[in-house]
Amino acid sequence: MNFGHKYIFLFPGLVVLLGIIIFPILFTIRLSLSSWDSFFPGLDFIGIENYVRLFTDDPRFWESFFRLSFLSITTVFLQYVIGFGLALLVWQDIKFKRFFRVLFLIPMMTTPVIMTVIWKTFFHESLGPVNDFLSLFDLTPLWLSDEYLAKVTVIIVEVWQWTPFMFLLLLAGLLSLPKESYLAASIDGAGPIRKFVYVTFPLMAPISIGAIIIRLIEASKIMDTVYVLTSGGPGTSTETSSFYIFIKGLREFQMGYSAALSFTYLVIMIVSLTIIAKVLVKLMIREK
Amino acid sequence: MRSFYTFIKYSCICLWSVFVVMPFLWAISTSFKDFNSVTGGATYIPWLQFEPSLEGWDVLLRTPANGGVDIVEPYFNSILVTCVASLISIILGTLSAYALSRFTFKAGFIKNNDITFFFISQRIMPPVVLSIPFFIMLGFLGLLDTILGLVIVYIVLLMPIAVWIMVDFFNKIPREIDETALIDGCNPFQAFFKVVLPNSIPGLIVAGLFCLIFGWTDFFFAFILTFTEVQLLPVRIVALNSSITPWWSLSAAALVSVAPLIVVAFIVERYLSKGNLSGALK
Repeated sequence: MNFGHKYIFLFPGLVVLLGIIIFPILFTIRLSLSSWDSFFPGLDFIGIENYVRLFTDDPRFWESFFRLSFLSITTVFLQYVIGFGLALLVWQDIKFKRFFRVLFLIPMMTTPVIMTVIWKTFFHESLGPVNDFLSLFDLTPLWLSDEYLAKVTVIIVEVWQWTPFMFLLLLAGLLSLPKESYLAASIDGAGPIRKFVYVTFPLMAPISIGAIIIRLIEASKIMDTVYVLTSGGPGTSTETSSFYIFIKGLREFQMGYSAALSFTYLVIMIVSLTIIAKVLVKLMIREK
Repeated sequence: MRSFYTFIKYSCICLWSVFVVMPFLWAISTSFKDFNSVTGGATYIPWLQFEPSLEGWDVLLRTPANGGVDIVEPYFNSILVTCVASLISIILGTLSAYALSRFTFKAGFIKNNDITFFFISQRIMPPVVLSIPFFIMLGFLGLLDTILGLVIVYIVLLMPIAVWIMVDFFNKIPREIDETALIDGCNPFQAFFKVVLPNSIPGLIVAGLFCLIFGWTDFFFAFILTFTEVQLLPVRIVALNSSITPWWSLSAAALVSVAPLIVVAFIVERYLSKGNLSGALK
């Protein structure tokens, strides 16, 4: 069985991916040790100066990181709750079941930036329909230029865009659950709520964990929405880590420093996602 | 009690449906407005509240020289890049996924799970981290602002998805299938292509759809790595979102660009309802 054919299967993909990715990673590390900026573009060596600056003298980065954590945890939590709710609603027989399933899937098929452009007109403070409706009650909230409301707007758009993904994963999970457990629960006379707590939720725990992790990974990259909707503003109130790195690297051309930011950010992401995954597994599996 | 429960159920469904549909309805309505109807405040119903005009749609068909927004070329670029990158990712990803699901690899401390994790972990990488080195790398290779350059970058985005879905899918196909084929005298490649692959078409379709979705909807790499020669659809449309935004043509262009993938929602639902997706997505 062992004649190297297994390598013929594995290697094309692995080699292509490694080949494309290896240079960017190594280059980022090397770049982070240089002072490349728009005045002196070049790979000099300045040691860990960039990292020192990052850890001692850049509160804006850490603020953007905590903002990102807040935004992604909030959106993913909302997506999970709503997505699970919707999946449960169209799981069993209701009228027009398939129609609603398609409808609920549609937002994830649309291009985030393009829909965000539409949302931006939707939330426009004087010409958009939201404030047109709210002005009936004499309210004209500043959806995009108020420090707190801008975050809410970003969350609304993210929830609209990505709840379908959660819904899809959870519905696929629900549809694959074994029928026997439900039969047994029905015989025992369990009502819908007890069925959910004692049968559905525990059975769905592994799928839920997977779905939440996938969404957290994707949500931690929030960038398109912020770029189009608020450009990080007002001030820095919706600036996420990605967007801050983008500004430093590709707007101010502080390449070396932004590489240090990127690398630190990547390490923090991998570590925190691993921890979150472990914690989730503990929390959700224990509830059995 | 029962009817109350049903009432709650349907109102939740309707509420969310309205939320889902709202931006689309708004975009459709806006696409038939002109400058005056947009700046006059929010209006919704044509003829009743504003005089519909075809300006927004007309602009899409005109050439840039006549003040139009040319979205035909970006459209084809987007289709080309997405399809080619998806195809390559699916082919390479499926082969690797099969190897990871069936054979054991060991090199020092690296085992199968670590290799699978390596593939999938590429999704963790925030695009912005990769954008600068990719910019320099493609510049060095002379591939900035070309279709090929974008395809290379998109493979990194899409292959993890293909591997993720296909490894799980192959794990669910019983090993006995390949073993029987091997005993019947097939070599491993024949066993894969003649026996395993035909049994994994649902998985391949789901993986393909996901690649198409994530390829088609990407914006950031196209935004950083292309300028004028090759423009992808999202970049072209977001470029309209400048200081004086033509809401009408913006809405029309957005609707046109979002339309093709809505078909994908129907296909995904079909697989979901037939129960094929449960195996492919877990």
